[in-house]
Amino acid sequence: MSLMEKYPQEVKQILAKYPPEQKRSAVLPLLYLAQRQEGYATRPAMQEIADTLEITITDVASIIGFYTLFHDEKAGKYRMQVCTDLPCALRGADQFLQELCQNLRVEVGQTTEDGLVTIEAVKCLAGCDRAPMFQLQSADGIVYHENMTVDKTLELITALRKSGKEVK
Amino acid sequence: MAYILLRHRDIPGISRFDVYQKNGGFDAFNQVVTGMKPEAVTDLVKTSGLRGRGGAGFPTGMKWSFMDNKNWPHYVVANADESEPGTFKDREIMEKNPFQFLEGVAISSFAVGANAAYIYLRGEFAQVASFLDARIADMEKAGFLGEKLFGTDYSLKIYTHLGAGAYICGEETALLESMEGKRGQPRLRPPFPPSFGLFGKPTVVNNVETFTNLPMIFSKGADWYKSLGTPDSAGVKLFSLSGRVNKPGNYELPFGTTFRQLIYEHGGGVINDRPVKAIMPAGASSSFIKVDDKTLDTPMDYDSVRTLGADLGSASVIVIDDTVSIEWVVSKTVEFFKHESCGKCTPCREGTYWMFHLLERMEAGEDVDANTRLLLSVAKQMQNKCLCALGEFATMAVVTGIERFPADFTASGIGGQHG
Repeated sequence: MSLMEKYPQEVKQILAKYPPEQKRSAVLPLLYLAQRQEGYATRPAMQEIADTLEITITDVASIIGFYTLFHDEKAGKYRMQVCTDLPCALRGADQFLQELCQNLRVEVGQTTEDGLVTIEAVKCLAGCDRAPMFQLQSADGIVYHENMTVDKTLELITALRKSGKEVK
Repeated sequence: MAYILLRHRDIPGISRFDVYQKNGGFDAFNQVVTGMKPEAVTDLVKTSGLRGRGGAGFPTGMKWSFMDNKNWPHYVVANADESEPGTFKDREIMEKNPFQFLEGVAISSFAVGANAAYIYLRGEFAQVASFLDARIADMEKAGFLGEKLFGTDYSLKIYTHLGAGAYICGEETALLESMEGKRGQPRLRPPFPPSFGLFGKPTVVNNVETFTNLPMIFSKGADWYKSLGTPDSAGVKLFSLSGRVNKPGNYELPFGTTFRQLIYEHGGGVINDRPVKAIMPAGASSSFIKVDDKTLDTPMDYDSVRTLGADLGSASVIVIDDTVSIEWVVSKTVEFFKHESCGKCTPCREGTYWMFHLLERMEAGEDVDANTRLLLSVAKQMQNKCLCALGEFATMAVVTGIERFPADFTASGIGGQHG
């Protein structure tokens, strides 16, 4: 189903934010909408955005490649993006990530066996005073989890696993 | 002293429309729109001494006065891309005291004759954007945004716009490119945004914290604001304190507060009572301040920090204690800039890559002296050659780290404990 068919209201609201002759500005918000379905932008969705905004699919692909929150391939249902930048690392973020990966038996960048969580290391998320911290990106959007421990994170993953019956 | 920016710490519930209004909210915007000429608004901001809080410290009123009045429409853009490692102040403002920020955007828009203002938030702040959208709707419902405000001819709409994960979009021309639906790559300047900004139209871009100062400046007066802080750095500043301190967080303090007061009186001192070895006062973009007793008593204002060979920038103060190797800190910052380089100009794209590669070589035990010399040489070749500040920032920690902490760039000084 196309974005226009699935989210007619949202598409209209997004386009209304910008002057009609500047509709290319809607490419970022429309890509967020596209990711709401599968957690990444599919090729038909990219084509639809290109057609709607009168740009090429190459333009859309270049946007996806440039910005870290856009994806063109499937990953785990949740991307757990741990900040390991300097301020967080000064408060134990590297060690947190390492122990978390050991517990989940994955390497950074890999997905848990059941397809639930992809563990990633990312740059500063503006949560430097509440490290270790990460954001959870999924088709539903982005949620911050701050002042975390490995135990609390494993509990969270267990809860996500229970709630997400459709996983895998 | 009562809070000026973090007023939610004094007034619970100020993120609600009725509470904000009951506490004098929107009076300043009303008074400005109904009683002042736009030029007078800009003049008052000039008199207050307010300087931009995003890092550069450019006088706010002066920036507004550069707007090209022969080219219309005008736009106002709030830079809420907050992505500098160590900076987390704008997020607290928007989450806890959103109306004061929005009122500031509105005052600024009136001053420069903009009928549309955009708030560009980093993509990770999606929840903050929804929260602001609801507050913008509250203001529209109450008649404080929309058509013919307060019975005048002035109309204003405010929109949020989410980025999607790119530090470079905090650079104002990259932000504008991103808002136009392109990759966030800086433009060649001049022209600057007040003559060629969003959609090629005159645009004021200011930081969230800068806007948030405005309502109080108009309620209490420019002289009141000027009486706070120091002669060259008027008013209060949010200091984001992070790193090896017991109580990291945001601290609203007058300019001129010393590093010692911030770290020990407010920040609860250093973890395990270790001595402070270095301070990065402007996040990962900082030069290192080598800390001794005297430097800790330096007042934090734009001029004084410069005497230490660093810049105050956005005042994201990262504290590094003596358990940490400066070489390791440098490798963290270089990794960051390598990842965030937009790739448009060669010195930055190639330079950050090579600096990271050289640090990897050193950490793998290859000739540390020779690689340190090469690293310093690459950094110095990048300086003054990059298209925007990102490339310059990437060299700050490298150059000052090697020059001020040479012992940390020896076989025994690299790597080491952290956190």
